[in-house]
Amino acid sequence: MMDMLLMIVKAFVVGGVLCAIGQVLILKTQLTSTRILVGYVTAGVILGALGLYKPLIDFAGAGATVPLTGFGYTLAHGAIEAVRSEGLLGAFTGGVVAAAGGIAAAVFFGYFAALIFKPKMKS
Amino acid sequence: MSKRIGSRTVALPAQPGVIAWASVAGQKEKDGPYGDRFDQVIPDELNGENSFEAAERSMLEMAVKLCAGKAGCALGDVQMLLAGDLLNQIISAGFAARNLQIPFYGLYGACSTMSESLSLGGMLADGGFADRLICATCSHFCTAERQYRAPLELGNQRTPTAQWTVTGAGAVMLSGGPAKRRARVVLTHTTCGRVIDLGITDQNNMGAAMAPAAADTIVAHMQDMGRSAADYDLVITGDLGRLGRDLLLELLTQKGIDAPEERFFDCGCEIFSPRQDTHAGGSGCGCAASMLCAHILPELAAGRLRRVLFMATGALLSPTTTMQGESIPGVAHAVVLEHREAEEG
Repeated sequence: MMDMLLMIVKAFVVGGVLCAIGQVLILKTQLTSTRILVGYVTAGVILGALGLYKPLIDFAGAGATVPLTGFGYTLAHGAIEAVRSEGLLGAFTGGVVAAAGGIAAAVFFGYFAALIFKPKMKS
Repeated sequence: MSKRIGSRTVALPAQPGVIAWASVAGQKEKDGPYGDRFDQVIPDELNGENSFEAAERSMLEMAVKLCAGKAGCALGDVQMLLAGDLLNQIISAGFAARNLQIPFYGLYGACSTMSESLSLGGMLADGGFADRLICATCSHFCTAERQYRAPLELGNQRTPTAQWTVTGAGAVMLSGGPAKRRARVVLTHTTCGRVIDLGITDQNNMGAAMAPAAADTIVAHMQDMGRSAADYDLVITGDLGRLGRDLLLELLTQKGIDAPEERFFDCGCEIFSPRQDTHAGGSGCGCAASMLCAHILPELAAGRLRRVLFMATGALLSPTTTMQGESIPGVAHAVVLEHREAEEG
C-alpha cells in the first residue's frame, strides 16, 4: 500500500515536471505545440537510445511512459530489441511493433472522440 | 485636376457620403464594453449553420442586408460590393456575394480590409463610378483559429501575447450620387499603405508586426496633409492590441510625430474588457469593422466626433510563410472620416 502511494507520488512529480517543461516552452518561446510534441518524441528516442530514459521509467513508471517522451523511448527501445532478435531489419520494424498498442489506441480514441464531441468556442 | 496630395494621399473632392452602416457581433463581443451598440448579435458561434465558416459568411450577409435596409434601398440597388475576409480564397466574401447577388470585387488585405475597402470604395464613389456601394468585411474566432493556428479540435493553449479574433462583421454604404446629400458623415481623403516588415516572426504577436506599417502610414498622411494628430479627434487603428499600440506610440515619437496617448484609439484594445481575459486584445477584420459601425460612425454622425483618421491594420502572413520561418509583413490604409452638418431646408 505504502509502495503504491509512493509510486503515485513519483509518477505525479515526474509526469508533472515533463508537462511543466512543455508549458514553459509555450510561454517563453515561439515554438508551436506541434513542434514541442515532435521535440518530446525525438528527445525520448535519443534519451532511450542512450539508455538514459530507462532509469526514469524504473523510478516513476507511468509518470515517464505516458508523456510523449515515453512514446519516443518505446520506439527506440523496440528498435534496439528487434535488431538483437531479428537482425538489421528490426531497426525498421521494431519501433512501430513495440508502439503498436499506443498508436492503435490513439487512432481509436481520436476517432471515437471526433464522433461524439463537437468543437466549441473557447471561453 | 489632380486629386493627389503629396506622395501617398488622395483627396476625394466630391466627398462621398457614408449613408448607412451595420454591425453584427458574437456573444463574447456582446459581453464587452460596446456590447449594446451592435445592430445584431448572433446567438452562438454556429448561428444556425453547420460549420464555423458558414456562420462567418452568414454574419457578412446579415451586415450587408441590414446596411441596405437602413439606407432604405433594395440589394438590387447596390451597384458594387467590395468585401474580403481572412479565410483561404476569401470564401466568406465570395460565398456571401453569391447569395447577395450584388456585383462583387473581392479584396484581400487581412485585417486591413475595412479601410482598404473604404479607400477603394471612396475613390470609386468620388469618381462617379458608383452611386451606391457597400464596403464590408467579417471574421470569426473559430475559423481564424483553424486558418492561422490550429483547429479548435486540438484544444491548444493560447500564448500570453495572443490576441482574440473578433467574431463580427461590418458593412458601410458609400454614395457618390444624390443619396449622399443626407449623409452626416463624409469621406474626405485616403492614404494608401505600404507593406512594411521589420522582421517580427512571432505569429502570436501580430500587433508588433503591424505597428510599423501603421506608423509609416500615419507619418505619410500627416506629411502629405500638413496635419498633426491634434487635427483629429481620434486616430483609430484596427487591431494592434495592447502591445502593438504601445509600439506604435513609441515609433511615432521616434519619428518626431506628436502622439498624445488619449487621441489614439485601438479597436482591438477597446472591444473587450480586461476581465474577459483576451490577453493582448481583439483582432481580425471584424474587429475594426464592427467597432467602426457600432461606435465610431454613430459618434461621427451625432457630431460627438468631428474628424477621425480610421486605419485598419493587416498582417499579410499565411500559415505556409509562418512554417517556412518568414517574418510578418504588415499594411495599414487610412481614410479620413468627417462629420457634416445637416443642410438647411
